[in-house]
Amino acid sequence: MAEYANPDALVATDWVAQHLNDATFKLIEVDEDTDAYEKSHIPGAMSLHWRNELQDPVVRNFADKGQFEQLLGKKGIGNGDLVVLYGGNNNWFSAYAYWYFKVYGHDNVKLMNGGRKKWELEGRELTGEKPAVSATSYQAKEADSTIRALRDEVIAKVGKTPMVDVRSPDEFSGKLAAPAHLPQEQAQRKGHIPGAKNVPWSKAANEDGTFKSIDDLKALYQEEQGLEPQNETIAYCRIGERSSHTWFVLKELLGFPEVKNYDGSWTEYGSLVGVPIEREYKEENGG
Amino acid sequence: MSSSCVDAPDDYVGETSIRGVVERQGKPAEGAYVRLTGSQDEFVAEHRTTDDGSFRFWVVPGDWTLICIAPGADRLTQTVSLAKGRAVDVKFDLEPAATAAG
Repeated sequence: MAEYANPDALVATDWVAQHLNDATFKLIEVDEDTDAYEKSHIPGAMSLHWRNELQDPVVRNFADKGQFEQLLGKKGIGNGDLVVLYGGNNNWFSAYAYWYFKVYGHDNVKLMNGGRKKWELEGRELTGEKPAVSATSYQAKEADSTIRALRDEVIAKVGKTPMVDVRSPDEFSGKLAAPAHLPQEQAQRKGHIPGAKNVPWSKAANEDGTFKSIDDLKALYQEEQGLEPQNETIAYCRIGERSSHTWFVLKELLGFPEVKNYDGSWTEYGSLVGVPIEREYKEENGG
Repeated sequence: MSSSCVDAPDDYVGETSIRGVVERQGKPAEGAYVRLTGSQDEFVAEHRTTDDGSFRFWVVPGDWTLICIAPGADRLTQTVSLAKGRAVDVKFDLEPAATAAG
């Protein structure tokens, strides 16, 4: 069977289970809601709260380089450490953290395929005990802009650079202004960035949270949508976490050399004054 | 697989949602994953049950499919039609997997 472009970007639940007591890597559960972690998690895993620890509390942006260094140092993560990430929500937030770690230059990072769900479905051990941590110092690199797209770059590339909108078909078409279960989380306008292809993130994953095979992913993105590795591709969703999952697929599994995650995503673009929008869905009263 | 789909009591009018519980042998099942998908099989949301086995999805009216997977259990599905302002109740009774791994 053909392999992913970067198979080392993933570890299987089996591998984690076999190496739990090795002390050869730092295991981190990344969540939007850490309640599940507080109750139980994979033995040895630390917690990382996507919003409280990775985001600036005032400005909509990453924690800055210094804050990231303090965060990792506090968690006892050194520059040379292998970090293995997993989480709930089908690995949305752990994929985001994977991308985020890459932005700050921590290349020795892997994602546990299937996340917390796969681990639990396999009936593997969970514990409420938190690991002991020895703080250390950490030196981050300057943020890597080759994998992150910001607003002005996206606007300049509309209609020129292939883009992938990983939201649901109804969000893409403009029928819904937000995910069907989060109707309050709306941008000012409905629709999508002109020219973007709609490939919902979930099409890249199995129900157990693992990524689909390389052949299935090639069919999904390249054969069906015409996305090509020789072109730069930008992925976006609503707030950049689902699109991190797709960024991981395109970059690490399919091996597209140039992929950017636009984490401002639709909550930013869909509320900008004057930018072009495509909307296929037409409401009867022109709303 | 058994299910019950009943309209919500009148005090829930105005709360369009799908709510329910996952049980295993009559007791609430923690660690089950209930996925909500739409008419195009698209993923909408997923909830991991905690110790009371409950879940609730606040969604727009329409036809929805719920998929429940849990350790050592068969995969279960149910479809519901949701009207505005109503809550639909759903129950999943987990059965041991027919092809459980040894």
